Amino acid sequence: MNLLEAKNLYKSFGNINAVSDISISLNVGEVIGFLGPNGAGKSTTMKILTGFLEADSGSIEIKKIDLSKDPINAKSIIGYLPEGAPSYSDMTVKSFLYFVGKMRGLKDELLEKRLEIMLKDINLTEVQNQIIETLSKGYKRRVGIAQALIHDPDILILDEPTDGLDPNQKFEMRKLIKSISKNKGIIISTHILEEVEAVCSRTIIISSGKVLLNKETKDILKNKKENLDSIFRKITK
Amino acid sequence: MKLYIEKLMIIFNREFTGYFRTPLASIFLLVFLALSAGMTFFMGQFFQRGQADLNSFFVWHPWLFLILMPAIGMRLWAEERKSGTIELLMTLPVTNSQLVLGKFLASWFFTLLAIIMTIPIWITVNYLGEPDNGVIFISYLGSWLMAGCFLSLTSCLSMLTKNQVIAFIVSTISCFIMVMAGFGLVLASVRSWAPLWLTEVIQSFSFLSHFKRIQYGVLDLTTFIFFISMIMICISINIFLVQLKKAD
Repeated sequence: MNLLEAKNLYKSFGNINAVSDISISLNVGEVIGFLGPNGAGKSTTMKILTGFLEADSGSIEIKKIDLSKDPINAKSIIGYLPEGAPSYSDMTVKSFLYFVGKMRGLKDELLEKRLEIMLKDINLTEVQNQIIETLSKGYKRRVGIAQALIHDPDILILDEPTDGLDPNQKFEMRKLIKSISKNKGIIISTHILEEVEAVCSRTIIISSGKVLLNKETKDILKNKKENLDSIFRKITK
Repeated sequence: MKLYIEKLMIIFNREFTGYFRTPLASIFLLVFLALSAGMTFFMGQFFQRGQADLNSFFVWHPWLFLILMPAIGMRLWAEERKSGTIELLMTLPVTNSQLVLGKFLASWFFTLLAIIMTIPIWITVNYLGEPDNGVIFISYLGSWLMAGCFLSLTSCLSMLTKNQVIAFIVSTISCFIMVMAGFGLVLASVRSWAPLWLTEVIQSFSFLSHFKRIQYGVLDLTTFIFFISMIMICISINIFLVQLKKAD
C-alpha cells in the first residue's frame, strides 16, 4: 500500500537549487535510507515532505491526501523528528509528550496508553519526570523519537535519528526502527552508511538536490565488487 | 470550530504554564507590583493629592508596559526559532492562526493576572474614600487592552529575530514610538511643518492619547475599536510573518 507519493519536487533559495526534481514513493513496510553529503538537500526534502516548507513546484500525496490542499489531515498521518531533535527544554519528558499527543488529537484515555507504551518501548520511564534540559543527548534524541511516534503514525520521517548517539544507543535505535517498520513507511536521513545497510530496504542517494541513485538496498549489496561506501563516494564526488 | 478552539487552548496552556516553569513569572509579577505601587504612592503622590481616584496609578501604565510587555512577549517566537522547536510545532496538525492566537492570548492573560494582582491598590482607595468604581473598572479594562496592543506588536516583532534581546530592544523602541506619537512635544514638532490631517493621523495612532481618554472613564467606541483593531492588525501580520520567516 502506498503511503507517500512525492513527484517532481523543486525548491530553491535565491539562486541555490536545494531540491531539483526529486520524486519519492514510500510503501508500507519500507524503510528508505536518505543519503547524501552535507548540503545535498536531505533536510530540505524532509521539511517539504512533512509540510514545514512548501515546494516551489511538484506534488505530495500522503495516503492520497494532497499535502498542499489539506495540510492538517496530511500532517496528522506523519510522525517527524526534525534535525537535532528539538524539544521544549523547560518541560518534563512526560508533559512534553503529553503536549504533542494532545496536539495530535489523541483523547485522554488513548494518550495515557500511548504514553505508557512510549516510555516503556523507548526506555524513558526512569526520566519521565525529569526536565528535558537536564537530559543527556541520547535521552533527548529518544524523547524526539517518542514524540514522533506518540500518535502511532503510518509514516515516520526521521532526520538523522542516530546523530550524536553512542554505539549502544545507535544499536538500540536501529533495533527500534526495525521493529516498528513492519506496518509503517519510514524515511531516515543519515550519514552513516552501515546504518542504511542494517535497516533500510531502499537507498536513495542525493547530491546538489538531485537523486543520483534510487535502488533496493539488497540489490546494491548483491554487487560484491562495490559496497555502498564506494558507490556513495563515486557518485557524489 | 470546537476543534479549532481545542488546539488553540492546548497552545495557550503550554505557553501560559511556561511562564511559571521558570522564575520569569514571579520576577515579572514582583517587578510589576513593586513599580506600579512605587510609582503610584511616591512619584504619583497618591496621598498628597487627596483625591479618591486611581489616576496616579493608571497614569504610569503606558510607561511601565513599554518595558514590561516586551519582556513578556520577546520569547514568544524568537525562542521557538532559536531552539528549532518551530519546525516541530509547524509540522503538527495545527494552523498558523491557532499558534499565533494561542501564544498571544497566553501572554495577554498572564498580563491580566498581573493587573488583577494590583487590586490591593483599588481596595486602598476604596478604604480611604469613595472613588468612582465605574471609572476605575474602565481604566483597568483600557489598561489591559493597551497591554494587548504592546504584546501583539512584540509578538509580531519577535518573529523577525532568533535573538530574544534584539526582540526586546526593537519591541521597546516600537512601543515607545507608539506611545510618544501622542506626546505634546512630538505633536508640536510635527504640527510645525506637517498638514493638520497628518498630525491628527499621528495622534490617532497614539496609545497615549487613547489611554488618556480611558483614564478619565471615557471608553468610547473609537478608543475601543482602536485597541481591538491594533491587536487584530498585529496578529494578522504575525500570522503572515510566521509563514514567511519560519524557515529562515
